[in-house]
Amino acid sequence: MVKYIASVDQGTASSRCLIFDSAARVVSVSQKEHHHIFPRPGWVEHDPVEIWNNVLEVVGQALESASLSPSDLVALGITNQRETTVLWDRETGEPVHNAINWQDTRTDRLVRELGGEAGQDRFKERCGLPLATYFSGPKIRWLLDSLPGVRERAQAGEVLFGTMDSWLIWNLTGRHVTDPTNASRTMLMSLETLDWDQELLDAFGVPRAMLPEIRSSSEVYGEAAKLGGVPVASALGDQSAALFGQTCFGSGDAKCTYGTGSFLLMNTGEQRVQSAHGLLTTVGYKIGDQPATYALEGSIAVTGALVQWFRDNLELIASAPEIETLARSVEDNGGCYFVPAFSGLFAPHWRSDARGVIAGLTAYITKGHLARAVLEATAWQTREVVDAMNGDAAVALTSLRVDGGMTANNLLMQFLADVLDVPVVRPIVAETPSLGAAYAAGLAVGFWPDMDSLRANWHRAAEWLPTMEPAIREKAFRKWNKAVARAHDWVDDDDAD
Amino acid sequence: MGVVELAGQLGLPKATVHGILRTLRDVGFVEQDPESGKYQLGAALLHMGSSYLDGNELRTRALNWSDALASRSNESVRIGTLHEGRVLIVHHVFRPDDSRQALEVGALLPAHATAIGKALLAESPYVMDELAAAGLARFTQATIVDPDQLREQLRDIKDRGWATDLEELVDGEVSYAAVIKDRRGLPVGAIGISGPVERLRKNGEPHTELVSYVREAARAVSRDLGAIPW
Repeated sequence: MVKYIASVDQGTASSRCLIFDSAARVVSVSQKEHHHIFPRPGWVEHDPVEIWNNVLEVVGQALESASLSPSDLVALGITNQRETTVLWDRETGEPVHNAINWQDTRTDRLVRELGGEAGQDRFKERCGLPLATYFSGPKIRWLLDSLPGVRERAQAGEVLFGTMDSWLIWNLTGRHVTDPTNASRTMLMSLETLDWDQELLDAFGVPRAMLPEIRSSSEVYGEAAKLGGVPVASALGDQSAALFGQTCFGSGDAKCTYGTGSFLLMNTGEQRVQSAHGLLTTVGYKIGDQPATYALEGSIAVTGALVQWFRDNLELIASAPEIETLARSVEDNGGCYFVPAFSGLFAPHWRSDARGVIAGLTAYITKGHLARAVLEATAWQTREVVDAMNGDAAVALTSLRVDGGMTANNLLMQFLADVLDVPVVRPIVAETPSLGAAYAAGLAVGFWPDMDSLRANWHRAAEWLPTMEPAIREKAFRKWNKAVARAHDWVDDDDAD
Repeated sequence: MGVVELAGQLGLPKATVHGILRTLRDVGFVEQDPESGKYQLGAALLHMGSSYLDGNELRTRALNWSDALASRSNESVRIGTLHEGRVLIVHHVFRPDDSRQALEVGALLPAHATAIGKALLAESPYVMDELAAAGLARFTQATIVDPDQLREQLRDIKDRGWATDLEELVDGEVSYAAVIKDRRGLPVGAIGISGPVERLRKNGEPHTELVSYVREAARAVSRDLGAIPW
């Protein structure tokens, strides 16, 4: 009997379920968006119960549209938006607050206080991350500080914390667990021991009793009662799952996922590389009892989000893909550069005082040039991260594996190959996070024998080769760097007033 | 129709209708018969009727389904639209065997000698008329250069829902394609696979399994674009 594997991708905008066959081909897809709640400027929340219901619904729909039942599944894997934080009541299973999304900046002040004299790198050696609003630790602390009685109940183990993987596994199986890729985004886990770190817990004021047990990324956590008892067998943060789905199993293998933001991860093997160039050290994956594989991560805050902004706020295009049509209406950017530092700059700059800049404007510039500058911003930001990786890692990048929605943009992919001066390759399954979670779950239940067998499933769907003259590339990069310098140091102390 | 007749049906003054018609005529949406002075729908409207979906949009919407088609069929996938009587390739997925292949996005191919082109021509008789008037070029022994023969084949294609090119553009190469429709049921492009005749034909017959994959992919993209399932 033919068996399948289901993969849930609980993302920022929607929850999806993909069902794969043993050749890693997609046989069914289902997706449902959830609401974003914006209580105040800078605050972003989800309703965890809505998300849980959506997950059950999309799994049901994906099974139905492929005429399958839960008994046709050998396992269910989970990949999820990282850092988003849920606290819930152990007795009732009810959330005690909306989930605080990773984009939420309410912990801005708290993060500065936590850094104190030592600054944002206070905990970097231990957990691999700089202090930022982005990560879960400060969000937990904010909830404990802000919700009356919750700290006491958390100390007693009556209120539990989880990232979205934990929340879903809890609801599916009743177990309170997470994996190292998700736990490595809390700032509370030691990268060395892969366990919660008492010093970090003390510094953040987070009681250990509320935290999930850190298991591996690939093992049977339990059975999903509401889905016919199918084993829940993997959990990976979306970017780690994409690294795994791209079969970047060798040290030096790298992928970049282009979504709202973009994330370049390079496998560094069993070595934890401390970056001297503003990259994060994170867990790539941990398969069962094998040692963890680490990764260097370059996070770019605004890439696809800039295209959305161009569409929604400037209304120069009706849909995101139309930006390519508009950009192709001109030959080049006309000397115009767009640095989308809407909420500061992430890697490798980590400048929260930066704000967006459009540089090089002249009377000559049209909306077509702006469209070019918008797309090129994604490529240049990738170039900065790749340069940082090459500075930190032993080997220079020789090709870049890409995935995510923006890989449908041929103009961008060609420009990316041009400015990186390496081939850019898109694999045949664009849904690499889902595929990665399916792979990890499949390994746990023996659906696939080993990682080598997964490599055989990876196929090139498209490839863009660099064609740009070096002199043109270097001049354009110089201009980009000048534009970035102009974005720095914009926010003043009294701007928040 | 004449101006008086139109004004009566619309309940508008004759002068107003005349003004509207003049504007519509200027942009090509209506045409005036030089002899009778009566109006009919113009060519520009017919072209609009073939529906326009930005090729970049079509690629984005079709990305997952074209990947799935390539991995199921083990052949390369292309999506094309009609562009000035030719097929413009808007998306290309490599054959998943990791051999060296180059992206062909942006290439223009003859409509009458490709499965994608024929799938689209079957839905667009007026483009077929334009091509017939210009003459059908020959590429191989198998290329159909007689407009009447091609028209007959296009009727079959429309009936059965898929098109084929049997070594009509390149010797030894076969392709299958099916049309993609939007929510109004209008054709916006076609998706197809191509490869060597040895793999794509079975005992001199169409490879029905591969054809069914192509049709399923076209239906799936159409469904995503809001077309009513058929």
